[in-house]
Amino acid sequence: MTDMRLIAASSPALMQSPDHELCPGCGHPVAWRQVLEVIEELGVADRTIIVVGHGCYTQMMRLSDLDSLQCLHGRGPAVATGVKRMLPDAVVITLSGDGDMVSEGLAEVLHAAGRAERITSLLFNNGVFGDTGGHMTAATVVGQRTKTSLSGRDPEVHGYPIDVPKLLTGMDGAAYVARGAVNTAGMAARTKKMVRRALELQLAGAGFTFVEVLTMCPTGWFVATPAGPDYLEGSMMATYGIGELKRPEP
Amino acid sequence: MSGVRGTVVMASERCKGCDLCIPACPPTVLSMSSETNGLGYHFPILADGCTGCGACADVCPDFVFEVWRYT
Amino acid sequence: MQGSEAIADAAIAAGCRFFAGYPMLPFTELLEHMSRKLPAAGGVCINADTEIEAVNMALGAAATGARAATGSCGQGIALMQEAIAEAALNELPLVVFNMARGQQDYFQATRGGGWGDYRTITYAPKDVPEAIDHTQRLFHLADVHRAPVLMYGDYVIAHTHVGVEPVTTDLGPVPAKDWALDGSMGGTGRAREIWTWARGKPNTPGVGPDQHWKDVAAKFAAIEESEARWEQRLVEDAEVVVVSFGTTATVVDYVVDELRADGRRVGSFRPVTLWPFPGSALEAATRACRRILVYELNAGQMLDDVRIHAADRRAIRFIGGVSQDSSGMRQGDLLDAAELRTRVLHALEEAA
Repeated sequence: MTDMRLIAASSPALMQSPDHELCPGCGHPVAWRQVLEVIEELGVADRTIIVVGHGCYTQMMRLSDLDSLQCLHGRGPAVATGVKRMLPDAVVITLSGDGDMVSEGLAEVLHAAGRAERITSLLFNNGVFGDTGGHMTAATVVGQRTKTSLSGRDPEVHGYPIDVPKLLTGMDGAAYVARGAVNTAGMAARTKKMVRRALELQLAGAGFTFVEVLTMCPTGWFVATPAGPDYLEGSMMATYGIGELKRPEP
Repeated sequence: MSGVRGTVVMASERCKGCDLCIPACPPTVLSMSSETNGLGYHFPILADGCTGCGACADVCPDFVFEVWRYT
Repeated sequence: MQGSEAIADAAIAAGCRFFAGYPMLPFTELLEHMSRKLPAAGGVCINADTEIEAVNMALGAAATGARAATGSCGQGIALMQEAIAEAALNELPLVVFNMARGQQDYFQATRGGGWGDYRTITYAPKDVPEAIDHTQRLFHLADVHRAPVLMYGDYVIAHTHVGVEPVTTDLGPVPAKDWALDGSMGGTGRAREIWTWARGKPNTPGVGPDQHWKDVAAKFAAIEESEARWEQRLVEDAEVVVVSFGTTATVVDYVVDELRADGRRVGSFRPVTLWPFPGSALEAATRACRRILVYELNAGQMLDDVRIHAADRRAIRFIGGVSQDSSGMRQGDLLDAAELRTRVLHALEEAA
């Protein structure tokens, strides 16, 4: 009789229920799983507050067993500033999509980093406003087809995508800046390490920490679900690159 | 059965047929069923050779996989 | 001390521990005083980078259960409308100080520009002592009703130096803030959630947006029944009643007293709360007079509420108007006792 050891529960302990209504092949739950596992492993669930913007990922807030506040579109880092200044020992995390943060909330994230707010902002970037049906955001990459760039984003007409990690890297108040992805298990594991590093630095009181995670949106990308990961790699990863852009000096 | 080091328990009724687990599995022991679940989607079925690596759980958007290793 | 400093002290005495604002006169001094004094009282004051950020920071602080406030002048309050409505719908206590410029923007305070079925309790003090009292009441009301509340102040209150002894009033207990977030319910299976849509979580489902927004609307309807405040003088035998609000009312008081000394039967009515508007009280106070004169420094805003509630609309005359000096920071031509006296006398003659 062989013994067995549980490697992975089907859903994280910090999910009250795994039943969401997101599209087949959506990358958001894949990314959020890694985040919840880190919070659990660090043992900080009972001092974590998540501040969540408006998008498909808002469902992750509802399903998570964490004290949660939904904020106005784009305003997460400002709201989180008020939370963290009142509760300096809490772990304060903002969750936004690219529509919420790179389009609507660009001022908020840059100012929070400028002020070196000791919060962690997570950007789930799939290059579209998914919740509204797949429209162009400030992070949509050149050539990407969306309902408002049907022939593909054209620099002549639509300009260029905004790379938030690149902007943050030059800011003194930003202590840790990284970009991961969840198109493969290996990438998800790498992303998990980035999230862990960001939260550890928040716990150590080290300025603003930020992790962008490229996620799949096959619906918004007009691709079949199995093609999502390769499309992500060929479009968004090729444009933005993956890795840690800024970390504290050892 | 030599070489078998793990298995998965699958909540097939939750699967939305995205197929992401299929190429994610290193020993390629997952394939999509011919039947459909209550939601109308095909779902993964497990062949011999699972190593309990957990890659399927890491890529699944619908929290289908519970991963075990034999000790 | 300067009115702004008195308000800052009153806010801190009332337990305010978070303040954020963006400099804009005549609100700027309040931000300066809070910046200087709040840290020593154990609080946090942030000079935010935009008005939108300031009010959203205050929302975040309020979500933790702290007494939080923000402010601006009307032009900056305009940017905060979305967040004020958000606080009304997700039931966060928030105090907003409008230290307004010369133009009296009644519509912005009482009609709001945010989304949803919400109202904003608004206090319009006539002088610094009232502003001190109102500051304490506003923090209390925000907590009691779990709603955003507004002080309609202005440049007169902000910049006037008066000798005041700030008095702290005991306004009674406020409900426990068991809804406030501190992270502690994470991992218990019963984590808390603050969300305008009130959907709750799987283990603790909420009522959902339809029922929640009905409940919020009902809450404001109940507040409307109980929280109106007003002041009326010499209305019992008045032929003419002048209706005004805020510091403008002090000019009205002066002219009413002047005219009474001349034997004229003039009275005044002043909503202290712009919302809830004291409609029944206005109706009763003006039932017997021949002219209801609305005197406000705009093209006619409170005028709408007077028209809604006065028993005889035909008795209403608008004697205010746009009154802006070139800086926006001082009184315009219409805030003048002699001009007001002329207009009231004209109304008396016309009514005869």
